[in-house]
Amino acid sequence: MSEFRNILGETIDRLLADHVTKEIVQKAEEGVWPKKLWSALEENGLTRLMAGEEQGGAGGSWGDALVILRAQGRYAAPVPLAETMVAAWLLSQAGLDVPDGPLTLLTGVTLGKEGTLSGTATHVPWGHNAVLGVALVPGPDGALHVVAVPLAGLKMGLEENIAREPRDTIIFEGHAVTSAPCDLTEGMETWGALMRSGLMAGGLDYLLNQSVEYANDRKQFGKPIGKFQAVQQQLAVLATQAAAAGAIAGHACERVGEADDPGFEVAVAKTRIDEAVNMSTSIAHQVHGAIGFTYEHGLHLVTRRLWSWRAEYGSGRSWAARLGRQAIERGADNLWTDVTAR
Amino acid sequence: MQTFRFDPCRLPPEAEALRGEVRAFLSDALTDIPPVIRAQTWSGYDPEFSKKLGAKGWIGMTWPKKYGGHERSALERYVMLEEMLAAGAPVGAHWIGDRQSGQLLLRFGTEEQRQLILPKAAKGELLFCIGMSEPDSGSDLAAARTKAEKTDGGWTVNGTKLWTSNAHNAHYMIALFRTSLDPDNRHAGLTQFLVDMKTPGITIRPIKDLTGNAHFNEVVFEDVFVPDNMMVGEEGNGWTQVTAELAFERSGPERYLSSFLLLTELIRELGRTGDTSADAEIGRLVAHLVTLRQMSVSIAGLLEAGENPIQEASVVKDLGALFEQELPVKAHELAGVEPMLGTGSDYAQVLGFLTQASVSFSLRGGTREILRGIIARGLGLR
Repeated sequence: MSEFRNILGETIDRLLADHVTKEIVQKAEEGVWPKKLWSALEENGLTRLMAGEEQGGAGGSWGDALVILRAQGRYAAPVPLAETMVAAWLLSQAGLDVPDGPLTLLTGVTLGKEGTLSGTATHVPWGHNAVLGVALVPGPDGALHVVAVPLAGLKMGLEENIAREPRDTIIFEGHAVTSAPCDLTEGMETWGALMRSGLMAGGLDYLLNQSVEYANDRKQFGKPIGKFQAVQQQLAVLATQAAAAGAIAGHACERVGEADDPGFEVAVAKTRIDEAVNMSTSIAHQVHGAIGFTYEHGLHLVTRRLWSWRAEYGSGRSWAARLGRQAIERGADNLWTDVTAR
Repeated sequence: MQTFRFDPCRLPPEAEALRGEVRAFLSDALTDIPPVIRAQTWSGYDPEFSKKLGAKGWIGMTWPKKYGGHERSALERYVMLEEMLAAGAPVGAHWIGDRQSGQLLLRFGTEEQRQLILPKAAKGELLFCIGMSEPDSGSDLAAARTKAEKTDGGWTVNGTKLWTSNAHNAHYMIALFRTSLDPDNRHAGLTQFLVDMKTPGITIRPIKDLTGNAHFNEVVFEDVFVPDNMMVGEEGNGWTQVTAELAFERSGPERYLSSFLLLTELIRELGRTGDTSADAEIGRLVAHLVTLRQMSVSIAGLLEAGENPIQEASVVKDLGALFEQELPVKAHELAGVEPMLGTGSDYAQVLGFLTQASVSFSLRGGTREILRGIIARGLGLR
């Protein structure tokens, strides 16, 4: 890890440890915007990590961003930090301005010839809190265009996912928008899936640490439950899953910037990490017993997010189908060559 | 916060250059070897092939030149290994010596032992087996009872080693014997020795496994004399040395690639039939393959940096065995071909071998339960 990433890791860790208490997260679940947390993130420049230097950002890579994503996943920080970072990156890719304030990502929309936006954007993270929505859609010239649309004052259907994070619905009917082409070859689903993969890897780090700590503290039958081999073996499985998720998130974020086909890296990561989430959330709850099923205990703040994130920007299975089709079409004799070219 | 170190590791240009060289060699050398034989990969015994690799400089790649090695990096060696495994090269004859016995001698052996053994091993002419397990001591290695008693100029060995792969082909065994007994510390009093397999008093009996092969053996020692100069490391230091050796034994790419040939053959089969209903299953397997490889490359990076990745190796071996064992199951479910012995399509025969052999993948080199116990210890649970 580079010196920059070490500093980044220490900064975000300290900031989230100070601001993201269980109370803050539970308040956010009731709809209270965590203003102090957001201000701290903005003041430290973390929301602009991936924005270009011309846009007032740090020009950080996906590898740098993963440090932030994993931390956000670990702490279940209830703000669109990930979305704002990625939106700022997309705006910068097209040379567009990056405003202050929370940003969000739009899918399900199309860009018309007259530079207008149409369609129903569903599951928009923190839509009603965001100042700007960013889409990545084909333009009339066939290239992908980054679209920026101010969201203040727009009518929205207010919805939430099971993590009790806002996932709003916005209908666009020929809204005038700012847009510009970019060099990206993969659409929003790919970058969204990579973003969620990084968050999930962080959430799994939390599940492992929290479950080990609980197993060492909780006594039954006269000893900590972590002394029972049946529990140890389960936690070892959780550890292998968290390790695999962290490893592939790291690899994917490191390589997407240079790969000819970044969709491959993302498909691998989302597929593998979804599976890790399926197994790990079960084990973490099993180890915690009934207390982990209460709203009072904090475990579910992360597990409910993991269950939400795994379903966004394509399930693991849908990404796997893309990977599988590609592998079969490329043919048996190219499999190893393709795998080692990464 | 992160318990395991799986940072991305980039293979250097010289390692990628070597990859091309190895591929060119293998595309020629493996032409006449049918898939069902290649499916045995690192348990495939072919001493002539091993000599060819020795001549190419691909055995003992990281060892010092003065012992016949080639002083190349652990990452170059890694690339050579993964290419051999992916292609299904019959590398079993020299595998153990290259993987762990040579390393062990470099670390703990005497100058005399290194001079005697390593140059020939690097040529692929001297083969090893490992004497660890016994009839009453499998996963519980410290329960070893085979005894070496001090005698004039050496040691007298009595007892039995079990599950010894290639004992019938090997020139030397690196064996763990009990040299003293301390009832309060079972890890004390164990010592490693280099045993010449031609020594009188050694009887080797093959054990046929359920696939019909006889790779492993029972090795009985009856008053076998081992000279003093064949003790490896210090008397009583065996447990520490064996633990270091097991780190080498568990950290390589063979722990997830043993069934790889079946994945390529399955993809070939699905491509032939045009079946698209298995896309997601294939993609899932590819995702596991890519993830395991990246984790395995990370471990190679840690080894190159001089670290001891015992925890990480246990993680990859556990996940790798699950993958290797799932492949025959998926291959069965997705292609609907009956596994066959000796006849039928290549696919049916490869499936036949791996369906049977794969149950051993979570036993050999440390059982799943032992590995998870090591991981649990790393987590601070025991």
